[in-house]
Amino acid sequence: MRIFVCVKAVPDTAARIKVDKDGSHIDPSGVKFVLGPYDARAVAKAISLKEAAGDGAEVIAVSAGGTKGERDAKKRLKDALALGADRGILIPDDGCENRDPLEVAKALAAAIKAEGEFSLVLLGRTAVDDQAMSVGPMLGALLGAPCVTDAVGLEIAGGKATVTRAAEGRQQTVELTLPAVVSGQRDLAEEKYPKLKEILKAGKKPIADFAYAWTDGGYTVTALEPPPEPVAGKIVGEGPDAVPELFNLLQNEAKKLSF
Amino acid sequence: MSEFVGADFFELDHLFSDEERAIRDSARDWVDRELIDSRLIEEHHRAGTFPKQLAKQLGEMGYLGVTIPEEYGCAGLNYTGYGLIMQELERGDSGLRSFCSVQSSLCMFPIYTFGTEEQKRRYLPKMAAGEVIGCFGLSEPDHGSDPSGMETKATPDGDGWILNGTKRWITNGSIADIAIVWARTPDGIRGFIVPTDSPGFSAPLIPGKFSLRASVTSELIMEDVKLGPEALLPETTGLKSALMCLSSARFGIAWGVVGSMMAVFDEALRYLQSRTQFDKPLASFQLMQRKLVHMHTELTKAQLVSYHLGRLKDAGKAKHYHISFGKRNNCWAAREVAKLGRELLGANGVCDEYQVMRHLMNIESVYTYEGTHEIHTLVLGEHLTGFPAYRG
Repeated sequence: MRIFVCVKAVPDTAARIKVDKDGSHIDPSGVKFVLGPYDARAVAKAISLKEAAGDGAEVIAVSAGGTKGERDAKKRLKDALALGADRGILIPDDGCENRDPLEVAKALAAAIKAEGEFSLVLLGRTAVDDQAMSVGPMLGALLGAPCVTDAVGLEIAGGKATVTRAAEGRQQTVELTLPAVVSGQRDLAEEKYPKLKEILKAGKKPIADFAYAWTDGGYTVTALEPPPEPVAGKIVGEGPDAVPELFNLLQNEAKKLSF
Repeated sequence: MSEFVGADFFELDHLFSDEERAIRDSARDWVDRELIDSRLIEEHHRAGTFPKQLAKQLGEMGYLGVTIPEEYGCAGLNYTGYGLIMQELERGDSGLRSFCSVQSSLCMFPIYTFGTEEQKRRYLPKMAAGEVIGCFGLSEPDHGSDPSGMETKATPDGDGWILNGTKRWITNGSIADIAIVWARTPDGIRGFIVPTDSPGFSAPLIPGKFSLRASVTSELIMEDVKLGPEALLPETTGLKSALMCLSSARFGIAWGVVGSMMAVFDEALRYLQSRTQFDKPLASFQLMQRKLVHMHTELTKAQLVSYHLGRLKDAGKAKHYHISFGKRNNCWAAREVAKLGRELLGANGVCDEYQVMRHLMNIESVYTYEGTHEIHTLVLGEHLTGFPAYRG
């Protein structure tokens, strides 16, 4: 069994993000980059599938991203290797920020196809920086493989993947014929901490470069702004007497309730 | 992913290797989940107990005996990496860091440095896994700062030894499987590996501590404990062998207390920014800022000291007086920072809903153990003047 996991270097969710002077990019100075938190869970899931499958199974981490400073995607591939992936593939892209998600999906698909056969491609449901949520499904289409998003459970048996999805208000179970592409939620796997020896071992695992001729595609981020300031709250009264007015406002003004 | 972002005023982060940063970040996340977010540390601090289940988890993460080579089940990590792990563990609690210091520097280090190949193979892999816990017996009820007056004796008996004496202030004592005990022999002071289930050996807990409550501190009582010849650490030659172990542990303390300072500073800053008095955030008052800046300055200086000490140690150039400097300065600074942090949190600072008071109480032990502040002052005084003032 051969599992690819696509990972992305993203700003630490605890970091304070500033917008660059040009108004469409993150100012990366002083911002720590980390392995995407959903991607990290996808790696953890890939490792547990590999361990369950036994000998011969392989986990390959793939990342398209920068090669310099904090944005260096190789560092994040090392994080994936420290979590237990066997080797890495880096698709260098120093213009990675605001890159067309279709271009990213094409590059990842090309790198995966160049490796030959695969059983499964796993990735996080979204990268927490641009929140595009589109690479997974596009990758499925480009690889000609069935794809589901937002997996919270995944089991492999008899050439099929059984995926549990958290759909709104219900849980859905989907069966996919392998090879398949699955994007995962946080609950896809428990968080894993890289163990000391694994971190040291990761330094010795191979990371190969895969060249891709990047184009701008048809996608341009024209502005990046902080979210609007929240509107000041309103106190409508105290105790049970306030409940009717609260209902009224929630229903008719905020339109958050419907019956 | 940890919400804690650390303190890095002088951008030291870039001086660490990617590997060192990965090791630190992983330890940081682990401490957050296992110790802080789970509120495990509060529970054990209140109860005055050590979370013993963490021993095996620490072993699994690879945090025990990190500098010892891989062939003994350890990681063969550099000393800066060791320091960063100690920093992160102490950000959680000094008691947890103390457990690791004792296991790594005071027990695994002497077995590795002074032991036979058989002793190393027998103990080190299990100690690295947290399956065998060690303690270190040097201090005695009447001999603390001056261990050369030690009364514990190992008397030759056939090809083995008979051990008699009492040790005090022994971290991990009551939960240990083996004790590294230092005793007087006809050939001077030597180290022994003593299984704690030996007849005549007992390790009662020292009750009523206000400090390091989540760590076990005990007395070791040895009454005619019979030891075979295999108990002796053959390469130990006098008190200086014991002091070598302490040097290694003190290095880890110099790093560890930086973690305690980071925790206190982080908590105090968040508190000042979020609490309003007189219609303004506390952080906007000059008196608050003065304390905060003092804390931050001492924390930043201590970080620079520990960083440089790590690089010196990795280059094989750290002398015992460099380590005394690090232990003395950083523990003093941590005590200062914890005290001010407690003040900044006002009444909330005395409750265990916040961490500051726990760190403040812990640091009182750390300030005193492994060479008191005063003893390190005299070590540095001797280095500067050539006069060993502690020798009268």
